[in-house]
Amino acid sequence: MDRLSNVLSLFSLGLIVAVLSSLRRAHIRVEYSVSWLAAGLAMLILSRSQPLMSWLARMIGVGDPPLALIVAVLVVFLLVFYRFSVTVSTLKDANIALAQRVAILEYYLRSQHESRQA
Amino acid sequence: MTGDGGNRLMIIVPALNEEGAVGDVVREIQQAAPGTPVLVIDDCSADSTAAVARAAGARVLSLPHHLGLGGCVQAGYRLAFELGFDYVIRLDGDGQHDPRDIPRIYDALRQSGCQMVIGSRFVGGPQEFTSLARSWGIRFFRTMLRPILGRMVHDPTSGYVGVNREALALFSRSFPLEYPEIEALVVLQRRAFRFQEVACRMRPRQSGRSTITAAKSLYYIVHVLLGVFVNILKFERHRWRR
Repeated sequence: MDRLSNVLSLFSLGLIVAVLSSLRRAHIRVEYSVSWLAAGLAMLILSRSQPLMSWLARMIGVGDPPLALIVAVLVVFLLVFYRFSVTVSTLKDANIALAQRVAILEYYLRSQHESRQA
Repeated sequence: MTGDGGNRLMIIVPALNEEGAVGDVVREIQQAAPGTPVLVIDDCSADSTAAVARAAGARVLSLPHHLGLGGCVQAGYRLAFELGFDYVIRLDGDGQHDPRDIPRIYDALRQSGCQMVIGSRFVGGPQEFTSLARSWGIRFFRTMLRPILGRMVHDPTSGYVGVNREALALFSRSFPLEYPEIEALVVLQRRAFRFQEVACRMRPRQSGRSTITAAKSLYYIVHVLLGVFVNILKFERHRWRR
């Protein structure tokens, strides 16, 4: 139990540091860092608080508190992944619309150029 | 082919790496429908598809990166809509669709008042150039779509389609992006748009390979089923809100 909590605490700290570092270097935008920071913080708090972990285990009906911690981590990451899937889908739609618009504008430019030459 | 009353038709040809076929396709279209503008939409081919199409006399819409079939066709619909065309007929750039059927589709579009006309390889009997796997796939989708569309569509996967300006307006705003043919039928049906099938000839592709390989077939089925389901849900939700 203690070892698992420690490993998770270290992992959470590593995640938070990595996200903050990426933010500082502008490798990740603020709006997308919030999910990861919240997930890291939630994991850190859960892994350091025995009563909170036991309460969570009771709430979700799991006998073993470490198992509850793993379930909680899984749920948090699934939510983050889902949020990013939505974001990626929105960006893909925007990207397709943009690519089509660029192609159409190039078509108009080429047509104008050709008609001028003619 | 400007039609009676000045109706304007554009032929669009989505193409990806079709330098071996697209030139002949464009020339055949020009023979079948003299004077009709032909727009080849090049989905960022790695070969000289765009140059070959241009040399054959087509206008070319070059996409800056690969968008897939739906995104490619929609780009053509958008441009045709902006240019004010009343009718658009789409056929593939691999030479499988016989351009000699264009007048038949165009006449059906103008005379029936349908928003979409599908060139079908099964109206008038099955054709020998359809593979067994594809025939089974078509049969599966035909059966699945019958209760949804309320009627039989013999060739729901056909990419040989003509649309009028109403459908063009709709598709230029919203069009299924990956495997568009079947989903487009559901989109039209839910909006009470009408469509009909006319017999068309299919030929073996002149060059290149199909993008739908055996490995992709299962993904294709799942994707299309999900797309149909989502379109039904989307439309029903709008209807309930109204």
